[in-house]
Amino acid sequence: MILVLKSVIGACLVAFIGIVFGLLYKGIDRKLHAHMQMRVGPPVTQPFKDVRKLFLKENLVPENAVDWVFNLMPVISLVSVISILLYVPMGVDPILSTKGDLILVLYLLMLPAVCMILGGFASSSPYATVGAQREMVMMISYEFPLAVTIIAIVWRLSKIYSASNIFTLQFIAAHPLWNNVGVFGVIGLAILLAVLLIVTPIELSKIPFDVPEAETEIAGGLLAEYSGKNLGMFYISDAVKTVVMASIVVALFFPYNISQYFSFPQYVDYVIDFAFFLFKAFVVIFVSVTVVRTSFARLKIDQIAHMLWVPVTITSIIGLLLLYLDTVF
Amino acid sequence: MSKKTTYTLPIGPIHPALKEPVAFEFETDGERIINVDFHVGHVHRGIEWIGMHRNPVQILYIAERICGICNICHPIAFCRAVENAAGIEVPERADYIRVIMAELERIHSHILWAGVAAHEIGFDTVLHLSWAMREKVLDLIEYLTGNRITKAIMAVGGVRRDITENQYPTINNALNYYKENLDTIKSVFLDDKSIQMRAKNCGILTKEDALKLCAVGPTTRASGVKKDVRVDQAYCAYGDLNIDYMTPDLLTGEVNGDVYDRIVVRLLEVEQSIDLIEQCIDMLPAGDIMAEPKIPKLLAMLKKVEGDGIGRAEAPRGEVIHYVKLKAGDAPFTWKVRAPTYNNLLPWVPMLLGEEVADIPIVAASTDPCLSCTNRAIVIKGNKREVLDNEALHRMSVEKTRRLAL
Repeated sequence: MILVLKSVIGACLVAFIGIVFGLLYKGIDRKLHAHMQMRVGPPVTQPFKDVRKLFLKENLVPENAVDWVFNLMPVISLVSVISILLYVPMGVDPILSTKGDLILVLYLLMLPAVCMILGGFASSSPYATVGAQREMVMMISYEFPLAVTIIAIVWRLSKIYSASNIFTLQFIAAHPLWNNVGVFGVIGLAILLAVLLIVTPIELSKIPFDVPEAETEIAGGLLAEYSGKNLGMFYISDAVKTVVMASIVVALFFPYNISQYFSFPQYVDYVIDFAFFLFKAFVVIFVSVTVVRTSFARLKIDQIAHMLWVPVTITSIIGLLLLYLDTVF
Repeated sequence: MSKKTTYTLPIGPIHPALKEPVAFEFETDGERIINVDFHVGHVHRGIEWIGMHRNPVQILYIAERICGICNICHPIAFCRAVENAAGIEVPERADYIRVIMAELERIHSHILWAGVAAHEIGFDTVLHLSWAMREKVLDLIEYLTGNRITKAIMAVGGVRRDITENQYPTINNALNYYKENLDTIKSVFLDDKSIQMRAKNCGILTKEDALKLCAVGPTTRASGVKKDVRVDQAYCAYGDLNIDYMTPDLLTGEVNGDVYDRIVVRLLEVEQSIDLIEQCIDMLPAGDIMAEPKIPKLLAMLKKVEGDGIGRAEAPRGEVIHYVKLKAGDAPFTWKVRAPTYNNLLPWVPMLLGEEVADIPIVAASTDPCLSCTNRAIVIKGNKREVLDNEALHRMSVEKTRRLAL
């Protein structure tokens, strides 16, 4: 009974937090992006206003679209990103935890992209078709370095601890790897962190890796035909996905909490840890989304694929090897 | 082997990549473009027809509005055509002021283009950086002419406002600002890795194609063709100035004819324009600024003129030609405008063939197209638009030449 209550209320709470902070981070990102470009920029609350307006707007379905796929995909996309949040420790323990939830998270992370691809193909727009093809190429390219990074960390942890729930984000967050490895390990982890920070904007399709949406090339690509509530749901799922990616980076690499340095009652500890988590997530988003999208031009899809397959993959494998060397010496 | 399926990707007439309407139709195989076709004529405004119902002084106002950005070179070309027809001698000082204005316009246009180009490749930071820099030249233009965009400074037989000596410090300030800040924008555009990745070896126009398709302006100079009206047929005061063709090899040592080279040429031309303005201010001769300051008198004289004249000017986008045939009476017999983009349309085809879909915006923007200025005609029969082929066009031009009795 308590478990059911916990998962229902917790899920609602997590969804609420994910959406609110996702949109808030989007607003902060836009504001900082604008300031870095010598602009005033929209108010921080702009994404909330955008969403409100999108949900008031008419939902247009193109004539040739497969309408049930077209309308279903935004919902699945939003549901999948919110369900990842249930597995991610946000300063406090996650609501759900199974034996291999990291693998589950990897697959759930793919779902929004898959939804956008299907929705794009279903919309029958040539721009969306080009966008969907590009998104597929991107997915094929970034999955490998992402997987290598996560597997490397878990594998290194499994050499230290022999717990059965080693593949959970909760376990990884509770046992920071930085304290338990030697020099090689630290270098390897730093390399893997860099890889993950590169993969983050790609996973989130942000400039310079926003080719599936590329406004000036294919007029919004995948989302070209989406409007109203459907677009609003994609908008929200993008915002939540940003929080998810940031919390995965935080959970894998910076799971430290600061509450133990104070002596407050436990519920205050929760608040402090959560606030500190939000701060860490903000730093990750700032570094790998805001700064990156301010300082680069959009790349072409073949350049991105090449970059991911050759330099980034090789870098991630070097990181893995360094972690291995760390166990040898 | 099964035949590869291709699909058609329409871009335009309205599309975020295009600042003005043009309808592209691409046949693509995946991301690769294997065939290009495009249609223009969505923004025909009947400017020449309007002009043929007004007197030359009034046309000047229309000529200035052919293009929002080239609102100096069109009036220059028109004024020179009328002056040519009427045999008006422009005072030397006015010629120098015309050059100063034309070069300010070039600085403005090229910096504006740099921002647009950056936006096309998704580099909005550079867009905002270059458009912030553009403000300074707009301020200077406003200071000198009273208007920021449409300058209204040209007049048949001279210019309408003088540049006085107490204005020099402000001009020098603005020019120094550009001298100091141009290096920033140069390093942003020429050394940035991600811009290089997008611009190098992209949208190549070979020298042969540039010559064959009569490309003009920075588009052709980036392909290594030494063509510039300011040098070839030095009009206004350009003959007195130290000016040379700006080709990319001056900076990079090689000519590739790609988008990168077009960026190089435009940045070099901004530098050149600053230099030309300084030369003009140094050499600015004393004297009148109008051949005939009394407009009614000028108009009365123009009414009596019979004959035709041609005016050419180097716009920021290339050569602009105005042809005017005056007859006795108010309105001219004919007025023909050829904007530079007209020549720079066909080079799009060799530039875009074989490129990727992602290259379309930057390649299309790299010629700095100005389509509203280009649209001179549209053929509508019933409710259907008609496309005229080469033969029909040739036949019609022969007929028109006969009608004009040239």
